[in-house]
Amino acid sequence: MVQVAEATLDGRIPDGPIEQKWDNRKSELKLVSPNNKRKYEVIVVGTGLAGASAAASLAELGYNVKAFCFQDSPRRAHSIAAQGGINAAKNYPNDGDSIWRLFYDTVKGGDYRAREANVYRLSQVSGSIIDQCVAQGVPFAREYGGLLANRTFGGAQVSRTFYARGQTGQQLLLGAYSALMRQVGSGKVKMYPRQEMVDLIKVDGVARGIVTRDLTNGKFETHTAHAVVLCTGGYGNVFYLSTNAKGCNVTAAWRCHKRGALFANPCYTQIHPTCIPVSGDYQSKLTLMSESLRNDGRVWVPKAEGDARRAADIPEGERDYYLERRYPAFGNMVPRDVASRAAKERCDAGFGVGATQQAVFLDFKHAIARDGEATIRAKYGNLFHMYHKITDEDPYQVPMRIYPAVHYTMGGLWVDYNLQSNVPGLFVLGEANFSDHGANRLGASALMQGLADGYFVIPYTVGDHMARHGQEKVSNDHPEVRASLEEAQGRVSKILGVAGFRSVDSIHRELGQIMWNKVGMSRTAGGLKSAAEDIQALREVFWNDVKVMGTGESFNQNLEHAGRVADFLEFAELFAIDALHREESCGGHFRDEHQTDDNEARRDDENFCYAAGWEFQGVGNEPVLHKEPLDFNEVPLTTRSYK
Amino acid sequence: MSGQGMELKLQIWRQANAEDKGRFHIYHLSDVSPHMSFLEMLDVLNEQLITLGEEPVAFDHDCREGICGMCSLMINGQAHGPDKETTTCQLHMRRFSDGDTIVIEPWRAKAFPVIRDLVVDRGSFDRIMSKGGFVSVNTGNPADANTILVPKQDADRAMDAAACIGCGACVAACKNASALLFVSAKVSQLSLLPQGKPEKAQRVLNMVAQMDEEGFGSCTNTSECEAACPAGISVSNIARLNRDYMCAMLCSEEGM
Repeated sequence: MVQVAEATLDGRIPDGPIEQKWDNRKSELKLVSPNNKRKYEVIVVGTGLAGASAAASLAELGYNVKAFCFQDSPRRAHSIAAQGGINAAKNYPNDGDSIWRLFYDTVKGGDYRAREANVYRLSQVSGSIIDQCVAQGVPFAREYGGLLANRTFGGAQVSRTFYARGQTGQQLLLGAYSALMRQVGSGKVKMYPRQEMVDLIKVDGVARGIVTRDLTNGKFETHTAHAVVLCTGGYGNVFYLSTNAKGCNVTAAWRCHKRGALFANPCYTQIHPTCIPVSGDYQSKLTLMSESLRNDGRVWVPKAEGDARRAADIPEGERDYYLERRYPAFGNMVPRDVASRAAKERCDAGFGVGATQQAVFLDFKHAIARDGEATIRAKYGNLFHMYHKITDEDPYQVPMRIYPAVHYTMGGLWVDYNLQSNVPGLFVLGEANFSDHGANRLGASALMQGLADGYFVIPYTVGDHMARHGQEKVSNDHPEVRASLEEAQGRVSKILGVAGFRSVDSIHRELGQIMWNKVGMSRTAGGLKSAAEDIQALREVFWNDVKVMGTGESFNQNLEHAGRVADFLEFAELFAIDALHREESCGGHFRDEHQTDDNEARRDDENFCYAAGWEFQGVGNEPVLHKEPLDFNEVPLTTRSYK
Repeated sequence: MSGQGMELKLQIWRQANAEDKGRFHIYHLSDVSPHMSFLEMLDVLNEQLITLGEEPVAFDHDCREGICGMCSLMINGQAHGPDKETTTCQLHMRRFSDGDTIVIEPWRAKAFPVIRDLVVDRGSFDRIMSKGGFVSVNTGNPADANTILVPKQDADRAMDAAACIGCGACVAACKNASALLFVSAKVSQLSLLPQGKPEKAQRVLNMVAQMDEEGFGSCTNTSECEAACPAGISVSNIARLNRDYMCAMLCSEEGM
């Protein structure tokens, strides 16, 4: 049985009607006068969309900012890989979009597990993001008349997605990065690349700094400040194979969790349906093919089990267009979670294609016959090119083979409406927090949330914290600072001291197998319980048998990886516990026990309409559950149907 | 794939740190699948080195989908290897043959000092950006995004330039180790757009000055940079930069 805290969590949602909540909150927030801002220091960890935009905006206001990233430059953060676009309720196409409609789509898309007030604010500031990015020189796609172009994305009936070819994330990140570099040039931001946050420093219960390790020489440092802003992304790499960059990790968030920050809804994971399948056991990552392909591609498998013929040799009558069969209303455009589960179901039943039989076809034959190859090339040329390069198959000639892969994590550190965690002074932005996407994120909404948090929320709410807590500084010699430093140093020595025989990568892969098989797309109570046991056992293996080469005083990527895997091995157990306790299916969380007769997700609003914030109780000990009840006053709870 | 893989001889640059002189080491790798990416091939090598009790080869990488710009490597003397408009992480072993020798080196340029093995410090690019690779606009309430019309062809050309991933292949490929393709991509992007025009003169002067200070060489119009660029950045951006630079020197307050 899960231990549940008596008091519920207070999201500190402002009073008033939904459309006035953010204004009301802004009028309540305390301000720091311009002259005083320079007396405050803020630490920003991570330089993706959320981190870069936050660091730049806070520095522009006059705060002294220290920004940290583990990559060699802030421009490398994984936001850069987002392809499709960014949503905004501009209603430029005059097709009936509005702030309310974007809000509604996002709440519904999240399967009613997000906090309404946060989503409404996200929708309210979405237009300003586009204005800001255009002013920075982001080269969005344009119409011939010079106006901004829009396209349609999944889960919406309007065109509200702004884009820069297939590289929207790159262009938005470079916009935020350029704003950040401007502040670096002006001296208001001190940039620390190739630095990893390895612990949070708390003094008298308030977040006052971080411990970092310089990845080029292994040196530890402590940095103290008046607030810490965590923008460290998601934890998809707990599955080893995901669409995340290799360096993405849970370490910073997990260390904050171990210092008292609640981790919310870790089991909400988005499995993206259209990724290039695994080709061999050397595979190091998975590559996404944009959701937009499903506009023109038709998904199918052979009707006969184990049919190993080439796609071209399988006649029309022997093909099963299973999405069109199961969901006639939405067909190939069902949401990501639904499409992913349907692909897995076919492959598990023995109808998968390709050498591994863990794939389905995404076929453009009909679209090419209808529109001509030139039209398809103009729409998706870069994606077809990438697919060809990776698989050595030409998707103009043969259907793509696709399979679902871990893509985005909706869970994250628990934050209130001000994006402050339950640890005062620790703010969490972007994918690293849990608040806006509920149990499933819609396409083109991750970029929106990262920039909304960084440009338009944190500049207001951090000031309130500063104004309430004063200018007093913490010395690097403070006993709590020293204690965090020594603990972090001890962890590295401990890893190096194991001197076993198993490589870090082999253990990480094994963890990924456990997660994918038992905590992946469909979960059962039995599987989750055995996953938790497997994870505990693998953690033992790590601490007894891991072999890390080199020293702690040099550039050592093997050691970096080991530290991250050690944290994944602790985090993974919480992930399984959360998935086990949530006795319902919603969005990206699918429990086999909780499905309708026709295999659709069955939510339990009676018992599970809450965000689950977990409190750390020591490694291997049962965490304590804190519930934040979710109220749906604006968008009434209903069952999603795509039939 | 077992048994059908390639045998490769890898000649890899090993250097313990910035002070170390560095040298080539030879490694033999067998059973390499043609479907592996180049970096996955190095992953396999590193797993074997760890088993043997040797330190793995350090190399930069992150997204492994060709967009973050973190991966590098001179492969048989070519930046990012033999494929056109392809980063090392998107290069696949089917491009090589059984029995091949592959020489793998770091980017070599004075402004990119080696940190370890194949990893170099590209902080000089960030410092150039901090001198002018931006529009001076604070977060706040700028005008509605559609207030200023931008002709589609200008937006498209700006996007062509903005596609730069900042990997440094242009510098590594250039016999002078010039960073002009990198700098010109940002200068072009912003001077093609109305939002970038007010700071056009100052930007090009400041960025070029910082480029020189970092120790990058001068451009002699060899165009090796364009041939090596994985993002397809054209040398016409350099022409545009030169034009902006001349204008700034001759006609602007900043250039006087």
